[in-house]
Parts: sequence; structure tokens; C-alpha cells
Amino acid sequence: MNLEAKIPEGSLEKKWENYKKNAKLVNPANRKKLDVIVIGTGLAGSSLAASLGEMGYNIKSFCFQDSPRRAHSVAAQGGVNAAKNYKNDGDSVYRMFVDTLKGGDFRAREANVYRMAECSLNLIDQAVAQGVPFGREYGGYLNNRSFGGVQVSRTFYSRGQTGQQLLLGSYQALMRQVGKKSVALYSRHEMLDLVVIEGKARGVIIRNLDTGQIERHAAHAVILATGGYGKIYYLSTLAMGCNGSAIWRAHKKGALMASPSWIQIHPTSLPQSGDYQSKLTLMSESLRNDGRIWVPSKENEQRSANEIPEQERDYYLERRYPAFGNLAPRDISSRAAKERIDAGFGIGPLKNAVYLDFAKAIKEQGIEKIKEKYGNLFDMYEKITGYNAYEVPMMISPSAHFSMGGLWVDYELMTTIPGLFALGEANFADHGANRLGANSLLQASVDGYFIAPYTIANYLSGDIHTGKISTDHIEFEKAEQEVRAQLHRFSNSKGDKTVDYYHKTLGKILYDYCGLVRNANGLKFAISEIRKLREEFHKYVHIPGTEATMNTEIEKAGRVADYLEIGELMCYDAITRNESCGAHFREEYQTTEGEAKRNDEEYQFISAWEWNNNEIPLLHKEPLSFEVIQPIVRSYK
Amino acid sequence: MKLQLKIWRQEGKNTEGKLVDYTLENLNPHMSFLEMLDTLNEKLILSNDTPVEFDHDCREGICGQCGIMINGIAHGPLKNTTTCQLHLRSFKDGEIIIIEPFRSEAFPVKKDLKVDRSAFDRIISSGGFVSINTGQAPEALTIPITHEITEAAFDSAACIGCGACVATCKNGSAALFTSAKINHMVLLPQGKEERLSRVIDMVHQMDKELFGHCTNTEACEVECPQSISVLNIARMNYEYNRAHILKK
Repeated sequence: MNLEAKIPEGSLEKKWENYKKNAKLVNPANRKKLDVIVIGTGLAGSSLAASLGEMGYNIKSFCFQDSPRRAHSVAAQGGVNAAKNYKNDGDSVYRMFVDTLKGGDFRAREANVYRMAECSLNLIDQAVAQGVPFGREYGGYLNNRSFGGVQVSRTFYSRGQTGQQLLLGSYQALMRQVGKKSVALYSRHEMLDLVVIEGKARGVIIRNLDTGQIERHAAHAVILATGGYGKIYYLSTLAMGCNGSAIWRAHKKGALMASPSWIQIHPTSLPQSGDYQSKLTLMSESLRNDGRIWVPSKENEQRSANEIPEQERDYYLERRYPAFGNLAPRDISSRAAKERIDAGFGIGPLKNAVYLDFAKAIKEQGIEKIKEKYGNLFDMYEKITGYNAYEVPMMISPSAHFSMGGLWVDYELMTTIPGLFALGEANFADHGANRLGANSLLQASVDGYFIAPYTIANYLSGDIHTGKISTDHIEFEKAEQEVRAQLHRFSNSKGDKTVDYYHKTLGKILYDYCGLVRNANGLKFAISEIRKLREEFHKYVHIPGTEATMNTEIEKAGRVADYLEIGELMCYDAITRNESCGAHFREEYQTTEGEAKRNDEEYQFISAWEWNNNEIPLLHKEPLSFEVIQPIVRSYK
Repeated sequence: MKLQLKIWRQEGKNTEGKLVDYTLENLNPHMSFLEMLDTLNEKLILSNDTPVEFDHDCREGICGQCGIMINGIAHGPLKNTTTCQLHLRSFKDGEIIIIEPFRSEAFPVKKDLKVDRSAFDRIISSGGFVSINTGQAPEALTIPITHEITEAAFDSAACIGCGACVATCKNGSAALFTSAKINHMVLLPQGKEERLSRVIDMVHQMDKELFGHCTNTEACEVECPQSISVLNIARMNYEYNRAHILKK
């Protein structure tokens, strides 16, 4: 397998420009002849579908939610990064590139990361022009805040609802194209398989979730913008419907999966409070701008937070990482919290949390200022927990959040299957082993608005004489039969456990053995446990009803069946990487101070996995080379 | 705690539905309302019954996909809260809770508690946007907007499109939803170019979708999870009349 990243010639700053200069175009008259399927309507999917629709291609846009506006980009709270340097604090595209590459622990491609920083400038312009109400200063100019892992203020925000406002911008652009009939919209439609004809992605098999009907859709290119698979841990910050099925089914058709075990565990979510719990709500990382994180310095502290005097509090992030303090990157903050909780200093009824305290900020800035900045987050906190965080510190704990891993893509965002592209969180490309806060909205947006429209056109230019792709092809027939057979197996499975039981059990295994910290023995154990669980699932799961109607349980069954395979691959990925980097922390590889120890000599590569029919997957390596900055030990001290 | 549920069960759009009784015991008051429904479904599935279909996704109050009538109130008894952010501590032990879908002619029931809200998408599609293609944007700072205007636009833009306003309105009016988008756009300089056509197109689409007229009861604002103000509706009416005069 040749993992050619197709990085363009030229110096780092010139690569994207050179690519665009040399990319092939499709003339406007020919665009009408070309069909493109876009799966997912989050920021990446909707912005791409809108942009391609505007250019004149025939687009079909699919989402499993009841409206494209519900896609999980909507939930991102804190902000979106851009190197505008409006604060005059020394920011630049280059600085943002360095921060992102370093934040990712030098496990991403320089050229990709630089391009993301470069395109960030256009994104802010685009969003403002669409009417996204970014926070502004009194003079009328755009405001910024800072986020974890950086020392400048480059984060644009719309109160605590930046994802929602950016998504509404791209959703509205999408709906404008739907009105113009350049995009056909299919809500409540889920992709269940990819159709590959003569080596090229040529269509998908889709299930209408309202009727149970199976449909075939053909196109000249298929784009997966289906988000991440962090929900594999069951308890996560993600929406209930988030899943890895589209990318996994593409993987089983030949697309390689890169670094699947790199999953970010977010430091500031609400702690679990019982077995019934279905998700862990995220509290924006922006809170760490003004909130101070601490635990009692005494084990098994019984007093309430406000009764503990200042000198008996351990502000462990400020203590361990004085340069970045409470704004240390996510992986580091999460591990530091876990370290304190595991050592017996956790707080709350289950002793599984740490405090996030605003007393100092309120004293210094006044309660009104804090309300203006974080009002909706404090309200949300009170609704969920019943506590008023203006009076008592918040209780927070780490929770599965973002998958840096995903489908392997080259510089054009094309997977190893020609004509199949992966955008946003669905690909692995830009964040390395750890994503910096406010880079997720950014990556999804720039992939969809500014990168893929060029690279897809470059690919489609070879298809202008192909003509319509027929859904009568034998490959469509085969894929449809496989999908039908799986649904039929599920609906005939009348065992004694629900889908959720298996999902929760899998999540527990992964949190324990392939979560914040991993070791070889644990991972070996996890692989055998997941295999057992998978067998049991296919024997004993109980699916009510049939596949021929609306049936939420059968939707969930398909997703969990895939999770039970993805989970195993995550463990293989983690066990073969004998180093610690970013979110991947192997206990065997740490410094005496408990910090991650990278091994650049042996592991400066991207692991790309090939599906091997449920046997041990095959590992391919894409070596990483650093020409502009040399990997350094990532220190935030 | 114990709850007695009366839940609307309906097989499909064209079949008749009815309220069905269920009792749940040993519930934790810190459980969310939807987790309570998860618990019920788990029980129904394992006793070979059909689980209750209900809409939900993010479970953090922002996606707008959840929404049911709880004792006749859209999203339940807690003010300015989505169904997913409601917890059992808002109910009394032993309480009887009536759970129904968001009812409106424009929101046909799909199954049980799930309704079809695609009419909202079509209203946005008729004009709820700034007509700017990708790549046409000028440098962001060339459009200064005061802090106050931005915050006011945000207040309108915060709508999550859940449909509680429609469900709670006696006339099944979508005036709050539609006016919030119109107002978001009209407050900002970016939205001014299409000021006249937008309001006319969106109001016409709203009527075409069989939403009723505003009742002026302000119930929508009371039950809106984002506290969208009814003043948006007043502004929409002004904009609509203004557009009709100026368009001629």
C-alpha cells in the first residue's frame, strides 16, 4: 500500500498556493454533469455541500438527524481559532501553525497544519459575512479570548454557542442551495454502506430512518463528513447519535483508518453521577480562562468547597505547569485531574471530580462581567446539577470528546479509495495526537469551505466524460444485499440484553484500558474482552420490531456493531505504539515526573490500518518529516 | 422515586393514537427526563414490548431535536429549558405525568412522540440567510458592528429550532421562530441588502406550511428554551408592512 500524502512542492507558505495554481478545474457547463454525495451536515458537510452547490455541481446531502441544523458541530461552545492578530499580541499564521503542531505532539503533517492556520483567516471573513454574531468590543470590532495550549488570544466566539452560530451560518448557506435546487437534502437518512466500482467510490446504500426503506444513490464522488466516534466510550460529551459507522463501513471497503486510538479526553465535563447516565455534558474550556482548578490538599476531605481555606487547596495545574497554569492543553489537564482523583483527592459524591472555581475572577472582575462571558454555561450547569456556580465552585471531570484519529487522507483529503474524501473530524489529518481547543470548528469549516471544493474539483475533472453512474451495477446490488442481510439478522435477534448494555460495557472497557492512560497488558486484556463482548452481542442482543419501519434500536445496533470492531482496532493501534504522545499516554513510557515520553526515532509516523476481515489488522506507516520546525519535548511548565 | 406515566403512542402518521399507562419505580431524582424514558424503553424492550420513539440527540440543550409536551407544557415545567435538560427533581414522587408529542397541523406525528418539523427547514430555505457565496467575503473588520447590536442579533440568533413555540401556541403559529431569524438578519448590516424580499418570502412560506397566525398571548416566549422575545414578532410585523409599502 502506497501512502503518498501528495504534499505540493514549494516552501511551507507556498504549498497551498501552488496546489491551487496547478489544480485542475471543471468548467461551469460540465459541473452540471457531475454528481457528488455528501454524508453529514455538520460544519464540514454543510459548508462543502453549499460551496459545491454554489459552483454548480449536483449535490445530494444526507444526515441522520431530523434537520441538518442538529449536527453535533452545534454543540461546540467556546470558539474558533484564527490567526488574525487583531489583538496585536504577536500572533501569525506561522505562530498558529507552531502551536497546533506542538499541541499535537508532532504527530501531524506540517503542510496540512500550516494550511489550516492559513485558511483560518478566510473563515472569519466568511462567517462574519454570513451574519454569524461573533463577540465584539464596544467600538464594534471583533473580540478574542484565549484557549488552552497557546499564549495569544486568537479565539473568536459567540457567547458560549460558537458552534451553533457557525453551524447556522453554513446550514443557512446549505438551505439557500436547497431552495435553488442545486442541493437535494435527505434528512433522517443514514449511510449504511459505500459502493466501490472498479476501485472508485461511486455511491452509497442509505436507509430512510422514518420508513426503514433501503435506497441506492450513485455519484462521481462520495464525501464523508460524519464527525468523530468518541461516543464509542458511551459516556462522552458527544450527541447520542454520533457514530463511526460511515467511516467504518468505508474502512471495510478499503479505506485505511489512521491513529484510531488518539481520542481526546476533555478535562472539563460534568462528572458521572449514576448508572442511568447517558452522557457527560461538556463545560466549555473557555471557562479555564477565568476559573481556577483545584482539589483539597488533604485526602478524603469531608468539608464543602467554600469551607476549605486557601492554604489547604492544591491548584495542581498552576503548581505543575506555571507557564500555562489553568490553560494547559487538554490531554495534560485531563491526565493531571485523573492523577489527583486516582490518588484519592477527588471531590463530589463519587469522588470522581475536581473543582473549577470562579471566586477569584468574580472578586476581581465583578459578577456582571463573568455573567456576560459565561452566563449560559453557568445556567446550564445549574440546570443539570442544581448548583449555582456563582456561589460554589463547579465540579468537573474528564470525559471522552474528540477523535483525532479517523480515515487516512492525503493532502487533498482523499482516502485510500479514489473518489472517497473525508472531511472534518472524520479524517485524521490536522490535529496530530492532541487537538487544541477551538481548532475543531476551524478544521471542519476550512475543510468544507476552502479546501475540499478545490481538491474535489481536481478529482472530478477526470470524470467529465464518465456520464451518469448507474445504480444497477452489480456492486450496488451486492452492497444492498449485505446491508439488508445485516438488518435482517438484527431484527431476528431476540436475546436478553439491549443494545445499550453492550455499548455501556464496551465503553467501560475502553475507559479502563484504552482511555487516558494505557499499558500493554491492559490493552491485550481489552482486546480479548472486546472480542468476547462482540460475540455475545451478535448472539444475545435483543432488537424489538422489524427493519421495515422506524426503529431506533436497529439503528443503534448497527452503530454498536461497528463500535465493537472499532474498539478492537483502537487497542491494536495503542498497543503497537510504544511511546507516549499527546492523548496517547502509555504508562511504560513516561518521564520520572510523569510526563509523556515520545520516541521520535521509532514512532515518528502515522499508523494507518487496513481491514483484515476480523483478523489482526494490517499496519501501514506514513513517515512524518519535519522540515520547518524540529520536534521538541512538549513542555508547558 | 415513583412516576406514573401516560404516554402518547401512535404507530404512524395516518393511524390513531392513544395514551398508554406505564409505571416506573426506584427512579433517581437526579436522572434526566430523557434518561427516565431510556429506562422505560430498556424495560419495554426486555419484556418484548415496543419502545417509545422520541427525538433527542445532543442532550445538552443546544441541538433542538428533543421536545415533548409534559403535562401540557412544551419541554415541561422548568422555565427556559429543553426536555433533555429537565431532571426528575422537578417532579413529585408518585406524580402522574402526561407525555405527548409537539402537536400542530404543520408538525405531523411520525411515530409516538416524534414529529416532522421539516417545515422549519423550508422556512429558512425561503430566505433565512445572507446571499453570499463561499469566497466572496470581505475582510471581517470592514464590517464594524457595535457590541449592543451584536448582542441583540445574538439574542435572536440563539433560537435552536425546537418548535416549542409552535407546540405551545393555540394557533400553532411559527411567528416566534420565523421572526427570530428575520430579526437576526435585519439587525446586522450584512442582512440589510435582502431586507425586503426576506421578510415577504419567509412569511409567505410560513403561511404555506399551515402554521397559524400569532395569538398575541406570548405563550411562545414563556416556553422558549432560549427565551426568544416576542418583540421579535412585533419587529417582523413592522418589517412585513414596511416591505410591502417599499416594494411597490
